[in-house]
Parts: sequence; structure tokens; C-alpha cells
Amino acid sequence: MEAIVATAIGILTACGIFLMLRARTFPVVLGLTLLSYAVNLFLFASGRLMLDAPPLIRAGARYTDPLPQALVLTAIVIGFGMTAYLLMVALRAMAETGDDHVDGREKS
Amino acid sequence: MNAHAAIFPILIPLIAALLQLASRHLGLSVQRGIGLSAALLGILSAVWLLQLADGGSILVYALGDWAAPVGIVLVADRLAAGMALLTALLAGASLLYASGGFDKRGRHFHPLFQLQIMGIQGAFLTGDLFNLFVFFEVMLLASYTLLAHGGGLARSRASLSYVVLNLAGSALFLIALGLLYGTLGTLNLADVALRLQTAEHDIALARLAGALLIAVFALKAALLPLSFWLPHTYAAAGAPVAALFVIMTKVGIVAILRVQAIAFAPSPTMADLLTGWLTPLALMTVLFAALGALVATRLRYFAAWLVLASAGTLLIAPAHAQADITAAALYYLVQSTFIGAAFFLLAELIAERRGEVADAIQSGPSFQSPWLAMGFFIAAITAAGLPPFSGFLGKLMLLASLRETAAGAAIWIVLLTAGFLIIVALSRTGSRLFWQHNPQTQALATPATPWQSVLAVLLLIAAGPLLAIFARPVTDYAARAATQLHAPGAYVNGVLGTSGHLIVREARP
Repeated sequence: MEAIVATAIGILTACGIFLMLRARTFPVVLGLTLLSYAVNLFLFASGRLMLDAPPLIRAGARYTDPLPQALVLTAIVIGFGMTAYLLMVALRAMAETGDDHVDGREKS
Repeated sequence: MNAHAAIFPILIPLIAALLQLASRHLGLSVQRGIGLSAALLGILSAVWLLQLADGGSILVYALGDWAAPVGIVLVADRLAAGMALLTALLAGASLLYASGGFDKRGRHFHPLFQLQIMGIQGAFLTGDLFNLFVFFEVMLLASYTLLAHGGGLARSRASLSYVVLNLAGSALFLIALGLLYGTLGTLNLADVALRLQTAEHDIALARLAGALLIAVFALKAALLPLSFWLPHTYAAAGAPVAALFVIMTKVGIVAILRVQAIAFAPSPTMADLLTGWLTPLALMTVLFAALGALVATRLRYFAAWLVLASAGTLLIAPAHAQADITAAALYYLVQSTFIGAAFFLLAELIAERRGEVADAIQSGPSFQSPWLAMGFFIAAITAAGLPPFSGFLGKLMLLASLRETAAGAAIWIVLLTAGFLIIVALSRTGSRLFWQHNPQTQALATPATPWQSVLAVLLLIAAGPLLAIFARPVTDYAARAATQLHAPGAYVNGVLGTSGHLIVREARP
């Protein structure tokens, strides 16, 4: 399971960084989204991966670390809000410059 | 009541922002009233907090009364309380300026401004690294919208790159926090410090986490390879927004100072994390900023380069982890914040009087404004680090404290060269703006500047002479704050209590 999660995080990060380095705003937004998925998975895994264990401490029962789950929840909410705002900024920049290049203009 | 002092600098702007949102139908004057009262209350609460913190004990405020390391704590030591007061003062002056009419140029300026203050105050006061991330995001989200306030092509462009860059920075921050939690099992700064002193963790991973954390803070502080975003972003922002943004680079610098002093320096495996690379990069930042100031074509860009120069100068301090250097840096930080902000406001007032030429550093229509010229003169002398004002004192103390260090000679050469370049740039800028008149352009009628804006600029500029007159109490406080910062045992004990050491962690796979 560790190998699957690690590979998934690696692929997501690689794709995210590749897309982030593109020159158009839409791929950049997609890249940041993929990167935030990778980061959320990574954060989730920082509490160690456990199967079939609730994030509740009960006497004698197996449990998984609840803190990273709370951290991931916070990170997801913040990341979601930021991405929504970034989309608005990208749309506005496109409306004002007539171009979706990240610098606001094509190189002529 | 005194037990709750640490939360007030965060709560006051939050409540003010909510009230302003609720009362937005009542018009701008009500929002202004709420905002300025909140700014005043913020200053008072910060003064109160500073007096309490100056008693010498670490004020710990457990949110929801959950004790550290399980719960989140706010920690007010002398450094945090001092930064809270600096933020409150700067925010008050910026808001006063904005009340002169800038707040009319877009919607929701006032609530966003308060939320930005809340984020900055929280970042200074929190004692938990994940909570620091959350307050960073509060600060950034408000800054994204404030940057775009007023609209225009330049702001849209600057917004896009600023938001993308900071989102990438946030992702990096979360990776660092995940690594730190994975290796140490805690995100409370005091607990992190304690655990780093034992050798029961993966040292390589912990060092990686620490380095990533410093990289994120360096992005906020605009250390050289990560500083290219700063000039055009700050130059694009509206004057009072840019003035408030000046403190945001200081958030990154103080975060580096604090993490280094509390968590890294006492740890045998992390103590050398900043050695050897931070100081050279900081010196390169200073030189880069001085060259930038020399080629700046607009006064707003010039102000942004000055902010970058002061950030670079301050970043020399953390790697040395010495109380006297930190103390000098703190004094330098206070005065450079006020003067940096003053320059952004001056740039707009000057631009208003020069019509088409605006703040371009070239000859333009003549305008008569003795107080503006005098203000620019005082601000320039302070920023250049010439006697008799606080810029000179700050630079002198910094140079004197750095003389004995290993890289002392290099630091002196770079700082003095950069200082010379900035003096040249300042004198050229001042003479072009105020003395060279282009006879082909028509003199404009002097626009009526609202009294709020004039007062705000004068207050910020007055910081130069005032900080020189009251240098003794300020430097004494800075020395006490630095001594406290570099004796992290009291911080750790204050947060975790004496029983904190006994909390046993289960072995993790």
C-alpha cells in the first residue's frame, strides 16, 4: 500500500509541476490543483497508513492518527478557496489583456 | 483579564471585519469609523500586551483551554508582542491614509484590510506551526484581494503571478509540515524544539523538513532566488495596500528568526542548517536590491526595491543566532518598516501632483509643495542610513554587532557598497522629482489632498526622527527581546509547562 500511495503522490506532483510551468493560465491552474492533491495525500500519509482503523481512541482497539485527517481537511478547504480565487483572477486577467498568457501578453 | 491579552490583537480585527460586512449598507463612513476605531483598539491592546510581555514571562494562551502540545497555543514573548505593536501602528497609519479616498476605488476594502491585519497578527503570535500556515493563508487571501483593489491591467497581471507563486509556496509549506509531523509527531513549535534535541527521529527527514520550512519563509521574506516577485507586485499595489504589505516580508523574516532560535539552534542535528548559505544569499539580495533601486524608473518601484534591500539586510541576522545581532536587526526592522511604508504613500502623493508623468523618475511639471519635499528629504535620509535619523542608528548597530563575525569583512563591504548605491539613487530620484522641471509640461493645479492622507504620511515619516530620539528605550526593548529569543528554554517550558517533558509518545511504525 505504501508503494501505491507513494507512486500516486509522485505522479501527481510530477504532473502538477509540469503543468505549472506551462505558459497559459488554465494549465497552471490545473497543475496547482494536481499539486494540492499530491500535498493532501502526502499530509494524510504523514500519520502512517492504516487499514480498517477508525480515528478514535478506544480501549484496546486499533486506531489511526486523527490529527493528519484534521490537517488535511483544513488544507483541502483552504486549497479549494484559493483555487476558486485563482480562477477568478485568471478570468479577469484574460478579460483585461485579451490573452490567457501568464505574463498577460504573448512574446512578439 | 490579563490572561486573555494575547488573543485581542487577533480578535479585534476579526470582529471589526464582521461588523463592517454587516454594516456595509450604512455607507463608507460607518465602515471607516469601525475600521479606525478597531485600529486604535488594536494599538492599545498591542501596547497592553507589550507591557505584559515585558514582565519577562512567556504569555501562553491556550485556545479553547486545550493545553499544548495537544491544543493550539498563542505565545506572546517580547518579540511577538513587539511585532504585534509594530503591525498595529503600521496598519493604523495605512488605514488612515486609505480613509482619504482610496477605499472608494473598489468594494469591501475595509473588511479585507481588517482580515489582513488579523492574519499578520496571528502569524506573529501563534506558537503552532500548522496554525502559522492557517494565519499565513488568512493573510495571503486578504492580500490577494487587496492587491487587486482599484483594478487596472498592471494589478491583474501582478495578481496572477503573485497568487500562483504563493499557492506553490503554500503547497511547499504543507509538504514541510507533513514531513515534520511524520518524523516528530508534533507541530507545536516548543514541542518540535524539544523533540529535535533528542536523537529518536530520522535526522535526514527532519533536516529536509526544516530546510523546506525555511525556504517557504524565505519566499515570503524575498530572499534572492525567491525575490523576483516582490518589486512588480508591491509597485502594482495601491499605496496604502503596499504600505501594509511592507510588514509581510517581515513576517517571513521573523518566522525564520523564531524557528531558528527556538527549534534549530538548541538541536545538535539542526543547529547548522542555516550556516554558510543564508548570509551570502542575504548579501546578494542587498546588492540586487541596490542595483534595482539604481535602475528604477518609477518611484513606486524604487520604494519596492528599498523594501527588498531592508529585507536582505535583515536576513543577515538569523544565521548568526547571536543576541546582540538580533537586537540590532530588530531595531533596524522597526525603522525600515515605517520608512518603507512612508515611501509608498509619498510616491502616490507625488504622482498626483505631476499629472501625466506621475511617479516616473524624470523631469516633470513644477509643483509647489514644501511639506512634501521636506517629507521626502527626511524619509530619504532615513532610508539611506545617513545621520542623524534612525536609519543611520540601525545600520550602525547592525554593522557594529556584525564586525566580529567570521564573514564580518564581506558583510561590511556589501552593506556599505549597497548603502552608497542607494544614496546615489535617492539623491538622483529626489533631484529629478523636485528640482528638475520640464518647461514644456504645464504646471498643474495642486490637487486637494485629504487631511487623513497627509497626517498618515507625516506620522510615518516622523518615525525616522522619533525612533532616533527614543532610540534608547527601543533598543533596550529590542535587546531584551533578543536575549529572550535566544534563551529558548524559557519558551519551551512556558508553553509545555514543566510536566510537558513527561508526555510519552507511542512508538510509531
